Amino acid sequence: MAGETTLWISSHLAERIRAHGAETYPYECCGALLGRDPEAADPEAVREVLALFPLLNRRDDSPRNRFSLTGQDVLDADRAAQKQGMEVIGWYHSHPDHPARPSQYDQDHAWPWYSYVIVSVQNGAPQDMSSWRLNDDRQAFSPEGIEIRHRAAV
Amino acid sequence: MPVKVMIPTPLRPYAGKRASAEFNAGTVGEALTYLTTEYADLRKHLFTEDGKLRSFVNVYVNDEDIRYLAKENTATKDGDTISIIPSIAGGCCCSR
Repeated sequence: MAGETTLWISSHLAERIRAHGAETYPYECCGALLGRDPEAADPEAVREVLALFPLLNRRDDSPRNRFSLTGQDVLDADRAAQKQGMEVIGWYHSHPDHPARPSQYDQDHAWPWYSYVIVSVQNGAPQDMSSWRLNDDRQAFSPEGIEIRHRAAV
Repeated sequence: MPVKVMIPTPLRPYAGKRASAEFNAGTVGEALTYLTTEYADLRKHLFTEDGKLRSFVNVYVNDEDIRYLAKENTATKDGDTISIIPSIAGGCCCSR
């Protein structure tokens, strides 16, 4: 990953991520971020979330502090994105009663390139939201700016 | 006809932005070795430091998960497609 990155998202979609976190509290929610990534064509262009693909947390054994998706979930998200002329540009999940910062567990399981959005949910109420990208060397996440765009979702 | 390896979007920056690559390989392990030899930057994202496939990397031959076949020793034949599918997981650090 080179330089500082920014993720654009409409206020409507940002609110939907928060609402998903509140809905599944005290368990973690998760889903895919669909959009277009213009980086290949223009490194200066920003990445934008244009739709969400909410998914079920498959971690029945520890859903308060873990989430996981199946390979089929990932394929379903990819197909949903392709149908809309988009691609999966990242993933979101909630941290119930925990800050919106990636854990070591998040880092150990992360992929490069994707944007990882985390929303903190304290006592059932969504709080901070942040986005992160794994560094090329897998040793750390770098924070990614979130820019809320006040316009209708596409 | 060789084996085709499909490279997922997050790994394409480490594979010359390619979506797929083809190799003459007899097993999944061989194909992945060729892939990470040609694109060395891919290695740390697919394999642990001791050379094992990372647990959150799903590999399918055609539509079959290799965990239910012979894992990396799964035999491949000409025309097979090997797909690398990201496994997505995470969560806050505290145990409860």
